[in-house]
Amino acid sequence: MRNIFTIAAVSVLSVTSAVAETAPSNVAFEDGYVMASLSGSAGDAAAGRKTFMNRKLGNCLACHTNDDMPEQQFHGEVGPPLTGVGDRWEEAELRGIVVNAKMMFEGTIMPAFYIDSGYERPLKKFDGKSILTAQQVEDVVAYLLTLKD
Amino acid sequence: MEFKTLLKSAAIVALSAGFASAQDDSILAVDGDVIKTRAAAPAFAENLDTVYSGWHFRSGETQSLQMDDFENPAFVFVDQGIDLFDKVEGSEGKACASCHEDVADFVGLRPTLPRVENGELVTMENLVNECRTERMGAEPWKYTGGQMTAVTALIGLQSRGMSINVAVDGDVAPFFEQGKDLYYQRVGQLDMACSNCHEDNYGVMIRADHLSQGQINGFPTYRLKNAKLNSAHARFKGCMSNIRATPFKVGGDEFKALELYLAARGNGLSVETPSVRN
Ligand code: HEC
Ligand code: HEC
Ligand code: HEC
Repeated sequence: MRNIFTIAAVSVLSVTSAVAETAPSNVAFEDGYVMASLSGSAGDAAAGRKTFMNRKLGNCLACHTNDDMPEQQFHGEVGPPLTGVGDRWEEAELRGIVVNAKMMFEGTIMPAFYIDSGYERPLKKFDGKSILTAQQVEDVVAYLLTLKD
Repeated sequence: MEFKTLLKSAAIVALSAGFASAQDDSILAVDGDVIKTRAAAPAFAENLDTVYSGWHFRSGETQSLQMDDFENPAFVFVDQGIDLFDKVEGSEGKACASCHEDVADFVGLRPTLPRVENGELVTMENLVNECRTERMGAEPWKYTGGQMTAVTALIGLQSRGMSINVAVDGDVAPFFEQGKDLYYQRVGQLDMACSNCHEDNYGVMIRADHLSQGQINGFPTYRLKNAKLNSAHARFKGCMSNIRATPFKVGGDEFKALELYLAARGNGLSVETPSVRN
């Protein structure tokens, strides 16, 4: 009885991901834009805010200041401030920047958050993986869109 | 509301302090002797005008620890190095001091390493372990271990204040080129090169860290973070892991070549060993 439930749950999950989620190698760029949601669902801005500051996930604060996060003590300065970034870029552009900023800014230091190959000598536990999941990218994009001047 | 505004302005103050400090103008003097912590960049380092010791990018508090040997926590380990230097070990019944009567005779060695001998790149650690295995009949010390860093700090200290002056041409050239390639090679899941942080972005904050040029004139270095001496290769390993790259082997060819290239980028800076960092 229990087993049946587990199997049902697993197949629901795999059906969802097979249908809707775009794998890192299948993301379509148009001039740095990525039009469609990677996960097939809308982003959750509140979750995105957490991913943004989490040192093991986005760690965007390593390089960007963000006036919306005064509770975080340390904001990096390697990239431009992200305050008001939701006014400067459209959703599809922001998605493209987060997926792979090198498509928009050639040679940038900013990591590509949704690629799972093309980098050299990764630590074993990260090999073949992207830094963020499809949904986490969507969440971060939704959060960035809330950053208005 | 008031609380939030307060926090916000605190954050802005912290940020602008970061901007303003880039690399500071302080002068490092240890017990009255001035240590050169800035110098004209060597010609091959075409993207830099001036090279700065990592000391310039640390807080005033950390900086001052290095200005007085009694306050410098590295000296606990230098003292251990003195004991190790006198300790008999191995099948030949000898200590370092049996053959090297006065450790001060090593003056001038540190600024020239690594160097090439018989076609091989040789670091301070290699020289020490060669004496242990070939001349003392003793086990080699672990490359980045505490005994090794204690003794390399003691030997490096003898040259404190002297200008780094490693050779980059002649038979060193192929190692220099290898080190340079590694310095500019992007690695890891984060896909970054040493240069992305230490050349393109030195002087700015990366989250809580103030980025330096990643100079190695102060190694081995005492870090407040782990309260011990750290070898250059251990530091390279840490930086590679942080960008989620599989580090090269400590003491291996790649890190030795990288050490040579970095040492040469600091040509003209003084030996600062043992330095203090966070
Ligand atoms: C290692 C540093 C680094 C990290 C980490 C980083 N960025 Fe960036 N980012 C940059 C730099 C540098 C630029 C400027 C582009 C360039 O290189 O010219 C940039 C540009 C951007 C831009 C365009 C900003 C504008 O106004 O033009 C956005 C949006 C952005 N980053 C979002 C993010 C998000 C979201 C994260 C975390 C998921 C992140 N960045 C993590 C370094 C970084
Ligand atoms: C049996 C004698 C002997 C012992 C014991 C010995 N060494 Fe040596 N060491 C030598 C000789 C001989 C050389 C090569 C001298 C030269 O080339 O000028 C040398 C070279 C060195 C060098 C390179 C010096 C230079 O200027 O190139 C270092 C560093 C060194 N030894 C450190 C040590 C340390 C540390 C120990 C103890 C762990 C030690 N040695 C033990 C004999 C010894
Ligand atoms: C993501 C940015 C980043 C990258 C890439 C990076 N480092 Fe670092 N490194 C740091 C930070 C942060 C510190 C501590 C603050 C400082 O001195 O810059 C540091 C410190 C160092 C130090 C100590 C400097 C001193 O004064 O004691 C050395 C040496 C160093 N790095 C070498 C390297 C080498 C070699 C590479 C390439 C394999 C590398 N780093 C790649 C961020 C980075």
